[in-house]
Amino acid sequence: MAGFFLRRLAQSLLILLGVSMITFVLLYWLPADPVRQIAGRSATPQTVENIRQQLGLDQPLWVQYWRYLGGLVQGDLGRSYLQKTEVSTLIASRLPASLLLMAGAIFAELLIGLSMGIIAALRRGTVTDQSLMIVSFIGVSAPQFVVGLLLLYVFAVQLGWFPIGGYGTFAHLVLPSMTLGILGSGWYSRMMRSSMIEVLRQDYIRTARAKGLNRMRIIFRHALPNAILPIIAMIGIDIGIFMGGIVVVESVFGWPGIGQLAWQAIQRVDIPIIMGVTLVSATAIVIGNLLADFISMIVDPRIRTR
Amino acid sequence: MKNLISTTAIALCLALPAGAEDYQPDPNAQSGGGIVITYKDDVATLDPAIGYDWQNWSMIKSLFDGLMDYDPGTTDLRPGLAESYTISDNGTVFTFQLRADVKFHNGREMTAEDVVYSLNRVTNPETQSPGAGFFWSIKGYDAVASGEAETLEGVTITGPSTVQIELSRPDATFLHVMALNFASVVPQEAVEAAGDDFGKSPVGTGAFSLAEWTIGQRLIFAKNDDYWRNGLPYLDQITFEVGQEPIVALLRLQNGEVDVPGDGIPPAKFQEVMGDPAQAERVVEGGQLHTGYITLNTQMPPFDNAEVRRAVNMAINKDRIIQIINGRAIPATQPLPPTMPGYTEGYEGYAFDPATARAMLAGAGFADGFETELYVMNTDPNPRIAQAIQQDLAGIGITAVIKSLAQANVIAAGGEKDQAPMIWSGGMAWIADFPDAANFYGPILGCSGAVQGGWNWSWYCNQELDAKSTEADAIVDPARAGERLEMWSEIYMEIMEDAPWVPVFNEQRYTMKSERMGGADALYVDPVSIPINYDYVFVTD
Repeated sequence: MAGFFLRRLAQSLLILLGVSMITFVLLYWLPADPVRQIAGRSATPQTVENIRQQLGLDQPLWVQYWRYLGGLVQGDLGRSYLQKTEVSTLIASRLPASLLLMAGAIFAELLIGLSMGIIAALRRGTVTDQSLMIVSFIGVSAPQFVVGLLLLYVFAVQLGWFPIGGYGTFAHLVLPSMTLGILGSGWYSRMMRSSMIEVLRQDYIRTARAKGLNRMRIIFRHALPNAILPIIAMIGIDIGIFMGGIVVVESVFGWPGIGQLAWQAIQRVDIPIIMGVTLVSATAIVIGNLLADFISMIVDPRIRTR
Repeated sequence: MKNLISTTAIALCLALPAGAEDYQPDPNAQSGGGIVITYKDDVATLDPAIGYDWQNWSMIKSLFDGLMDYDPGTTDLRPGLAESYTISDNGTVFTFQLRADVKFHNGREMTAEDVVYSLNRVTNPETQSPGAGFFWSIKGYDAVASGEAETLEGVTITGPSTVQIELSRPDATFLHVMALNFASVVPQEAVEAAGDDFGKSPVGTGAFSLAEWTIGQRLIFAKNDDYWRNGLPYLDQITFEVGQEPIVALLRLQNGEVDVPGDGIPPAKFQEVMGDPAQAERVVEGGQLHTGYITLNTQMPPFDNAEVRRAVNMAINKDRIIQIINGRAIPATQPLPPTMPGYTEGYEGYAFDPATARAMLAGAGFADGFETELYVMNTDPNPRIAQAIQQDLAGIGITAVIKSLAQANVIAAGGEKDQAPMIWSGGMAWIADFPDAANFYGPILGCSGAVQGGWNWSWYCNQELDAKSTEADAIVDPARAGERLEMWSEIYMEIMEDAPWVPVFNEQRYTMKSERMGGADALYVDPVSIPINYDYVFVTD
């Protein structure tokens, strides 16, 4: 077990190294010149060259990467080109907001997805089932910025139940979590539905029913725990999907997380920030996957033997 | 120095008398209260040597002061931290007498040493200031820029609170340069204590000081009670909420939660807002020191033929292009925008006349037209504008293929001598750094900009005009300012004759404000403080 875990950890570190390398090269080949972005349009060629030298951008690619890696192993993500602030400070100050949003989204997607899946399974083949599955299909397909703006317009502007974007209280958290969660809830409802149908077919459920247990008790005490287990393991993988989603959702709702930071940095070709956010996201995804493996292993002992 | 002494008499006459034409603040202005401004992007930096986007530009103006400043809502220079100044008659020595009663936000009194330090800092390559090049005319600039010297030879302290700046050649725009944010006075001890983080913990002499900065959420500016301009600012506090989409900001303004959406009215909502009298009433419209243009590469055939360029000028239907952007602009007739001193009044520009244009093209040997490429930045509305231009060109027989690319790629193509025959400047167009006619010439129409990586995308280089511009900028005597502007007007008229550009439109600015905001409309479309002049606005409740 420990061997399995260490092996996966080593693989994860290699993946992160690969991510850093690929991102660095891609950003290096970007047609946009970060120095021109910093220097602005009135800069003389001399100013441009000065800035290039100061930032070490006149060095060959491998020298730049080697320097970056040297900083990285010491936990130094460098300084933003435009803000001059340390990237680690910028990310650290924004990470809590993103984690909170993610927690909210996981809660939202489980709440919506699982309830829809359970109801659909119990009403299998009826109009309720079909409509729920159509709704879940829409949830999976709808672009997040559209969902976000719609929720914002209906629940914040028209009904006034929630604040129009921003950050701070629980009320601020609801709409962005929902927006982010709706996508996942579509998947979860489908998985929950088939998992539940599978479990309801099992012999022990028939036994429970034959014993004369009431319906609610059968569903919540006997069927649900077994049906949910394989789904819980999926949450780790979700983190990857969320990392993509927060860039959009945080921008729509003015949520001060790392997604918004990445979006602004991309527009300004602020490479150290783009690198930093990419690495932090990659780390989160890797940890999520490790967690998923780990949970699957506990839930399903068969994996351990492999 | 000798020069200066021999001309003291003249110089004294040039000293700008304080008082006579002082800006009169609104007599109804009330002190107190706070406002909320929103922005989509977080503020990059508040270091005056570094900040160079239109969001932090006006914020820095309220935190810092330079020796020179502008009357609110105008393009008229006035002394700032300098109480008065004199200019030697040959225009190369500027002597600034500093105010005595100015304190930094940290409580220390501002001195002549601070002025010298600030100028040395901004020009030092290690500071990485994008504005370093503006100070090219100061004697010793080259040595500092190349790292050979630490201090500017031309900047010296000549009295207890007197700073003298000697230029290597006369520069009529120098007072404007000293009004740029880059010339703001900063306290050395605070800069050194904060190091690279000075942009996050700025200390200046301005009307407001930074009270709070929660990254990604908000910045709070608090009134500087010791501000040297008596009675200012009016507001106790300004809260900048960042991370707000323009559309969300507008909804919040309608809800009474926001006073000014810093990113303006989102284009998709513009007609809706302007169509509602109650909302339109709270929108202030004003000019902007901006011109949108099409560059015609004078080095690439057939645009090396001036007659072809003039024909293209007559083929473009500017009114239709303005319709595409909801009428948020006025047609441009010349490179300078109408609010810029030096603009040639009464000049009509090239008329929209496809028939004549076609005949001119035939006369130049292109009766059957030709094929060319039009480069454009790929964000809305620019591709749509490019299509309109494409249709107009088709109207006189020119087939233009649209190359819709990312901003950086268009800029890179324009900086190559033989790559982009035509570029629509939208999204990258020139907005003046300072309100002077000269600012529209050098980098975008002069020979100095017609270099690889430069911004003169029509690669127009007219040595005669370059000489004339140098001659015009050597006129530093304020009494002859009219004569200088006349020369600039002539320069731009000659440029129009050569037609390296098609000036298309001058964007208008629309600032929306809440009902409680007070102060003259000019403060809400201040040409140098975008979106608004924070020091002079007030709230009425």
